[in-house]
Amino acid sequence: MGWFKRLKDGIQTATKFKKEAPDGLWHKCKSCGHLSTIKELRENFYKCNSCNYHVRIGSYDYFDLLFDDSEYELLLEDLVSYDFLGFKDLKPYDERLKAARKKSQLKDAMSVGTGTIEGKSIVIAAMDFSFIGGSMGSVVGEKISRAIDYALQHRMPFMIISKSGGARMMESAFSLMQMAKTSAKLTLLAKAGIPYFSLLTDPTTGGVTASFAMLGDINFAEPKALIGFAGPRVIKETIKRDLPEGFQTSEFLLDNGFLDFIVDRKDLRDKLAELLHLFEIQSSS
Amino acid sequence: MVFLDFEKPLESLYEQLEKIRQVGEKGDVDVSPMIQELEKKINDKRIEIYDHLSGWQRVQLSRHPERPYTYHYIKHLTSSFIELHGDRYFKDDKAIVGGLGKIDGRTVVIIGHQKGVNTKMRQYRNFGMANPEGYRKALRLMKMAERFGFPVLSLIDTPGAYPGLEAEERGQAEAIARNLFEMAQLKVPILCYVIGEGASGGAIGIGLGDRVFMLENTWYSVISPESCSSILWRSWDHKEQAAEQLKLTAENMFEFGLIDGIIYEPLGGAHANREEMVEILRKHINKELDMLEGMEVDELISKRIEKYEKMGRFMVEEPELEEAEKDSSKELAPAPNEGSANQKSDDHS
Repeated sequence: MGWFKRLKDGIQTATKFKKEAPDGLWHKCKSCGHLSTIKELRENFYKCNSCNYHVRIGSYDYFDLLFDDSEYELLLEDLVSYDFLGFKDLKPYDERLKAARKKSQLKDAMSVGTGTIEGKSIVIAAMDFSFIGGSMGSVVGEKISRAIDYALQHRMPFMIISKSGGARMMESAFSLMQMAKTSAKLTLLAKAGIPYFSLLTDPTTGGVTASFAMLGDINFAEPKALIGFAGPRVIKETIKRDLPEGFQTSEFLLDNGFLDFIVDRKDLRDKLAELLHLFEIQSSS
Repeated sequence: MVFLDFEKPLESLYEQLEKIRQVGEKGDVDVSPMIQELEKKINDKRIEIYDHLSGWQRVQLSRHPERPYTYHYIKHLTSSFIELHGDRYFKDDKAIVGGLGKIDGRTVVIIGHQKGVNTKMRQYRNFGMANPEGYRKALRLMKMAERFGFPVLSLIDTPGAYPGLEAEERGQAEAIARNLFEMAQLKVPILCYVIGEGASGGAIGIGLGDRVFMLENTWYSVISPESCSSILWRSWDHKEQAAEQLKLTAENMFEFGLIDGIIYEPLGGAHANREEMVEILRKHINKELDMLEGMEVDELISKRIEKYEKMGRFMVEEPELEEAEKDSSKELAPAPNEGSANQKSDDHS
């Protein structure tokens, strides 16, 4: 027998009366539960100190991490999505966009920055998972397309950091066509002899994997990222058995021959500098 | 005959017709006026039904069990055809078929999704869901077409690329991406037709072309209505709604400027008159290939890339000013509407 008696079952505090722990002080690792301060996390390249889990970060975080002195110029910030189909599921697309903009403080699921890494110029397009699951709609496609034009014009290497659930359903076939559009545009870089690096981060699935993410002259990934065409849940439902350990991770893709290498986030900047050094573009062509 | 749920009024009319015919066969009564009247009634009813099909009804028609598949078109379009198997790396996919054929004297490389015609064959064909080796076989054949200067004809009919474990191991995503990349620069004309279902990456994996058309009762979308319903509504019950929301019909797609035209089907759908459907397609293919083969290679490729470059709708924000709408797809020069309104009424009469 317990020495006190529970008067009411369950937790009675309504969510709105619960006290929130202040954001931005502590971070609990999703993978191992290790607690660290945000400061420690940032100093460790947004990786868990204990298990090296790579926390999902945004486009600006990558730009800060990669460009010399964290200095870069943002391009194409004027492109915004709108609900041209009047798409409504449980929520209208229009409202989803507004909510995503408010929550993420971003214009869309992709930002494009240009700057230097160890003195060498590069254009980087990076995706944000916090904006409707990093989904690819018309704006993502157009940003890639115009970023490629910029890279061609300035003869700079191009990189995309993918982090996406796939195509944006609320733009229906328009989002599907972004696969064709981005892939077609990438051929122009190849023809001009400008290297394209594709970094796949957690998660990269669906139409994004099946277009630009898999088309790099170099395809590389952060450790343990989920990378695939179909999502694991769909595959499980299709084949009706459990998926093997490590299925659709970066390591799985490396082993199956679809990645050139895996890079820890702390080495990312050095690795890119080395790639830029090796792929040095001749200024005249 | 298989009747879809919205065709039920036709079913009872056909039953009546059958009964009257039986009476007629027994001899005594002249039933021909009654038969004529019923046949007219059936035709009128059919026109009435087919005049206002919803998105979901088009989806149902695209999956009609009697609908002609790729092999049917190949068999009747070509005077000679040799099927070519295998991707040369892993195996021969059964959901994407391809080969060399002569269409009215012109050698063409034909690739397409193939569905099975009965339960056993549907399994054998994996319900038209290709594995990576299917896309790689298609690419191998397209590269051969390029070497010999043959145009490529692609027939699209898939509920999606196969979401299986082995498909992931062998790089489903890479196979589709590679095809998009290579098709963008292929040095010969690529002519695509959605002949049934056009679902997502599985469809576009053989669907990037100079000219892309949809048959009247087909659909093309980023996701099937069922999957869309299950993801966005978290239940399978909203497929009709999803089909409307996705705006996936040929008419929608043409209006958006994402396809180059609509091929109108015989009244009652492609399956109602399979021979006529083949002839409609034959005429169309010949006309398109005549046009495409007259183009210089560089022009062909740059136009192809420009076409896809323009696909997308977004706004351009002007700082300090009001938002200006940019609708890049409206910049597209209006493509000739292949199946014109006139042709449609011809088919119905």
